[in-house]
Amino acid sequence: MVDKALNDTHQSAFDAIKETVGEFTVADPKMRTKNVDVFYGDKQAIFDVSLDIGNNEVIAMIGPSGCGKSTFLRCLNRMNDTIPTCRVSGSMSLEGEDLYGPNLDPVLLRARVGMVFQKPNPFAKSIYDNVAYGPRIHGLSNNRAELDDIVIGSLKKAGLYDEVKDRLEAPGTSLSGGQQQRLCIARTIAVSPEVILMDEPCSALDPIATARIEELIDELRENYAIAIVTHSMQQAARVSQRTAYFHLGKLVEVGETNHIFTNPSHELTENYITGRFG
Amino acid sequence: MIDVNNSPGASGSEPSNDTSATRKNTTELVKATLARRYAAEKRFRFYGIFAIAASLLFLAVLLTSIFIKGLPAFTATKVQLEVTLDTELLGIDATANEDAIRAANYAAVIKKAMRERFPDATKRKQKKELDRLMSTGAEYDIARRVQENPNLLGQTVTLWLQADDELDALIKSGVDLTKPDAISTRMSDQQIAWANQFKETGEVKTGFNTAFFTNGDSREPEQAGIRAALTGSAFTLLVTFLLSFPIAVAAAIYLEEFAPQNRWTDIIEVNINNLAAVPSIVFGLLGLAVFINFMHLPRSAPIVGGLVLSLMTLPTIIIASRASLKAVPPSIREAATGLGASPQQVVWHHVLPLAMPGILTGTIIGLAQALGETAPLLMIGMVAFIVDIPTSITDASTVLPVQVFLWADSPERAFVERTSAAIIVLLGFLVAMNAVAVLLRKKFERRW
Repeated sequence: MVDKALNDTHQSAFDAIKETVGEFTVADPKMRTKNVDVFYGDKQAIFDVSLDIGNNEVIAMIGPSGCGKSTFLRCLNRMNDTIPTCRVSGSMSLEGEDLYGPNLDPVLLRARVGMVFQKPNPFAKSIYDNVAYGPRIHGLSNNRAELDDIVIGSLKKAGLYDEVKDRLEAPGTSLSGGQQQRLCIARTIAVSPEVILMDEPCSALDPIATARIEELIDELRENYAIAIVTHSMQQAARVSQRTAYFHLGKLVEVGETNHIFTNPSHELTENYITGRFG
Repeated sequence: MIDVNNSPGASGSEPSNDTSATRKNTTELVKATLARRYAAEKRFRFYGIFAIAASLLFLAVLLTSIFIKGLPAFTATKVQLEVTLDTELLGIDATANEDAIRAANYAAVIKKAMRERFPDATKRKQKKELDRLMSTGAEYDIARRVQENPNLLGQTVTLWLQADDELDALIKSGVDLTKPDAISTRMSDQQIAWANQFKETGEVKTGFNTAFFTNGDSREPEQAGIRAALTGSAFTLLVTFLLSFPIAVAAAIYLEEFAPQNRWTDIIEVNINNLAAVPSIVFGLLGLAVFINFMHLPRSAPIVGGLVLSLMTLPTIIIASRASLKAVPPSIREAATGLGASPQQVVWHHVLPLAMPGILTGTIIGLAQALGETAPLLMIGMVAFIVDIPTSITDASTVLPVQVFLWADSPERAFVERTSAAIIVLLGFLVAMNAVAVLLRKKFERRW
């Protein structure tokens, strides 16, 4: 009985989300997605999502657990390819090039669209080798001096250099959680991507480490387009310029961050950001 | 979970009473079960300790018995004898070539020396008994010395020569030789009296049994050695390792990292698991049919043994390697993939180094199994009586466990200690292999 009632309310809530409220396109998008559906086997995880990611902006994706925001993010650099049952339809493009088209190899795509994960995941290598790994496999440097420059530059941009400059040969896993996450960001920057995707980058970190990462995101915005998935609405409000609210696999509302947080148009968005559920 | 607006006061004041009542009840219920739960835990711990103690006890008994029986085989008795290298008796002179020197009649020289040492042996039976005190190995020993230094011909030299296994056992047992009735041996009272004379005059000594480590198999226990079996085992394991390690690791990587999940890979997986459970003698039959009868590879050779043992070892290494690959955290794969590493780079740069310790452990387990395997090797003829040390993987040879099997079957009493000694060497081989595995693990684990 209860289950059925819940299912009914679930269904009615699902049906209630007709189409995305707010402007999901931007004038000069870095990445553009249109009518994206994602399936895991028979189960559909994303329904008809269209969203642009602009240049030099931070776009936050928020929503309750299981709403598909991480799934959507992972489609943006084809990380979902590693899941055999995952199927993506609709159009997604990076600077006009089709992500799933024949011209954009996933390896090249991932070099252009970097990713930072929820849990810091440094390689079992030294700090230096962690950052140098991307440039090495992509052949971005001709000699050791150039590689040194890339590594040190990336560590500086990630705000980690001063803390680790004396122990670049120490294993990456010997750092604290917050440092490891900044190392992962440095590792991503080292490849000079155009877009950085962040999947709840601070969920495993304490408030101080979180504050440092948020500062870093703000600085990185100058050179990169950033899409960040977060469970913390305060974080979304602090770091992003635009916010997209996902619910049950649909994109409910998208708009300027201060507009979303002060005057949301959709009832579900309002319920979520006021903490009524989620 | 979604529509909270419809039921605003669903969890109001009512449940709080309920909660405190339940809480009190819970406390009592938990208290009632505590003693039982702790007793169960204590019991379980006791079972565990008992199981470990029992297995340690059995292991100790086994090892003690093997070592007590086997250690005497590592020493051998030598007899001091004044030998006249009479060219007439030997049937050669100073101009003899190497072959002639090797084929000369050293037995006659030794017999003569023994008779001079014990002139009281006059009857035919006594003389025979006297001759039986010395090993035929003594002849080879003298031949070797003469080959090295032909000037010895015609001279009288004092040599320490190998004693026969019965005399060897008698001396090493340390019994009182003056009371022959109390000794259980195949030797006659007369022989024991001679042995006693040797002992009293200090003409016997026991030293390290080098023959055991330098000789191949022999019908004479005092000359039988494990060198041939040890070399055969080493060659066989080498072939096994070179074949099974790369193939198994490649198969495991493909199945775990690249193969699509479909019915075919499921069938392959089930079959690999089944192969691990196939009785090893079946692999021996297969080896006999395919490698020897069809491919005409040499019989009794380490190459065929290695091939057969590879078949047997493959599933073990594949299963261990797959488990080890599976245990590598997915976050590492994601990190590398997210940076734009190709699937192969992900595996070679990150997954494989992290899985290597586990893969090596699996390999060592598989090779240890192969080292101790007897049954399939019997099928392909590695049960042969091998006197010559094999020099390549195509030479006829045997392996340590088969040598143990052969010696355990021999009637001479001196083979009992050699059987145990061969087991000790086999265990030593295993310990050495495990030590290498531990070292390699340490080396790879440092990369974390």
